[in-house]
Amino acid sequence: MWGDMAATLSLVIVSLAGLALVVFDAFNNRHVATPWIAGLALLAGFIFEIVGLGGPEGTAYSDMLRTGGSAAFVNALVLGSGVLTVILSVPYLKKIGHNIGEVYALILFATVGMLVLGAANNLIAVFVGLETMSICLYILTGFVRSESGSAESALKYFLLGAFSTGFFLYGIALLYGATGTMDFSAMKAGVEDGGGVMFWGGVSLLLVGFLFKVSAAPFHMWTPDAYQGAPTPIAGFMATASKTAAFGALIIILYKALPTERWTDVLAVFAVITMVVGNIIALSQQNVKRMLAYSSIAHAGYVLVGLSSGLVEGYSGALFYLMVYVIMNIGAFGVVALLEWDGKEGSEQTLDSLAGVGYRKPLLGWAMVVFMFSLSGFPPLAGFLGKWAVFAPAVDAGLVWLAIIGVLASAVSAYYYLRVLVVMFMKTETEASSKLADSFTIPRSSAAVIVLCVILLFVFGLTTSVIELTDGFFQSGSVATVLGP
Amino acid sequence: MEITLNWYLTLSALLFTMGVLGFLFRRNVIIMLMSIELMLNSVNLTLVALSQSMGDSAGQVLVFFVMSVAAAEAAVGLALIIAIFRNKLTVDITKINLFKY
Repeated sequence: MWGDMAATLSLVIVSLAGLALVVFDAFNNRHVATPWIAGLALLAGFIFEIVGLGGPEGTAYSDMLRTGGSAAFVNALVLGSGVLTVILSVPYLKKIGHNIGEVYALILFATVGMLVLGAANNLIAVFVGLETMSICLYILTGFVRSESGSAESALKYFLLGAFSTGFFLYGIALLYGATGTMDFSAMKAGVEDGGGVMFWGGVSLLLVGFLFKVSAAPFHMWTPDAYQGAPTPIAGFMATASKTAAFGALIIILYKALPTERWTDVLAVFAVITMVVGNIIALSQQNVKRMLAYSSIAHAGYVLVGLSSGLVEGYSGALFYLMVYVIMNIGAFGVVALLEWDGKEGSEQTLDSLAGVGYRKPLLGWAMVVFMFSLSGFPPLAGFLGKWAVFAPAVDAGLVWLAIIGVLASAVSAYYYLRVLVVMFMKTETEASSKLADSFTIPRSSAAVIVLCVILLFVFGLTTSVIELTDGFFQSGSVATVLGP
Repeated sequence: MEITLNWYLTLSALLFTMGVLGFLFRRNVIIMLMSIELMLNSVNLTLVALSQSMGDSAGQVLVFFVMSVAAAEAAVGLALIIAIFRNKLTVDITKINLFKY
């Protein structure tokens, strides 16, 4: 047991810190140390996972969780996203007057759920992780409860999330009935038998649950509402960390538990619908947060392109894409969080209010240039390499049409990403936007996070060493379990 | 007449369907929440029946987690409903429509 705890030290640190924070906050409400405790706990977990990257793969807690390998990578992304979210949240929550300690405890607990989900090796662990994460995120979305937008988005997110949990759970139950096990590696026997109605029914319900959590179309309806009403740094956290953890679990399930070529067509169809719906609806959005929400739907589609190839290169490319996606979106939401003025978490702010802000706040303007170009996939930024990493395996798998649709969808996306830059740099200032630019100075901590994201996008755009690392997760050792009898 | 596994599975499938239909067609948020609870509990029935017939305990372990998750979800859900009722004085889902498209 102690060995298991040492192997999952990041999980132990973050959960203990979360519990400690609840108690600490009860006696020292709104204490200045609260975000520090949360941030340092997440940072400690992040360092632990980074040190363990590339180490040997193993399991912990009676095969319930995986350690090392892709689990360490996904956990590192989740924890890194958590650290940056805590740093961005402090000035934001002070500005809206809701800098309460519970937020940081909830971020820690949500991270615990994501760590369990990303490292799960068993359907029970997947369920527990998914729900720990989701319930914390429902509360985080709606914690500004006096604001009707925040409460409404949380209620919608909660209702649809709980509804999809029902499907997800029924899928688990049917899979359990068909295969007699909840363990990923043992479940593979069900695929090899060909499976019956119960098996494939369970698989499809499970897939629906996952597609909902990663906000793939046509299960994306909650995403724009939830992101628009949620406090902006929290929306960034939901968009990046929760999606990364859910995709991490989905990749491992496809790879270890249900390896079959049947996925190719099914996932390819969802990838096309998701890319088209996300990008087309994003074109008509006036609210920046809502536009970023639709863009995150489109990005889930790009990741699904990698998964639908059914090749290990596709899975490792998807993991790389998730890393790039986390960096781009934490940065973009960080910039948007600073440029809010309507006092309602930006839920009513339109694009016009950013007119000319790029010259008044050059740091935010130029950072936004990098994020928008990276999101639309321009070289030499990391967004380009990420798209290459997911589209190339699809071409190798013979899905040339899918890659072509993906590239066309990215071309469409350039319109709405670059429109933000046009408004920020080429429109003359209005009274509102000039007032906005005068109303604040950029906090040093937020500036540091944004600059860090910009630097990382350039670094990872020019080196393929991370792709080599993610490739290693799927070829060393565990490939034999897929190809073996 | 002996009660076999299929009876339990059919019953829980019917209950699950009732939950789905209730969620989709009722307008009151509290009844939608109850429909979700019905869905979760029908899955519990499936899991217990399968677990019993296979002589494997994993399904029953999951049932304990599902019950605690359902309790947590009910707590959070009711709190959110109270928050929205204070803002809007209604729990009709068609009137909670600040965000669209």
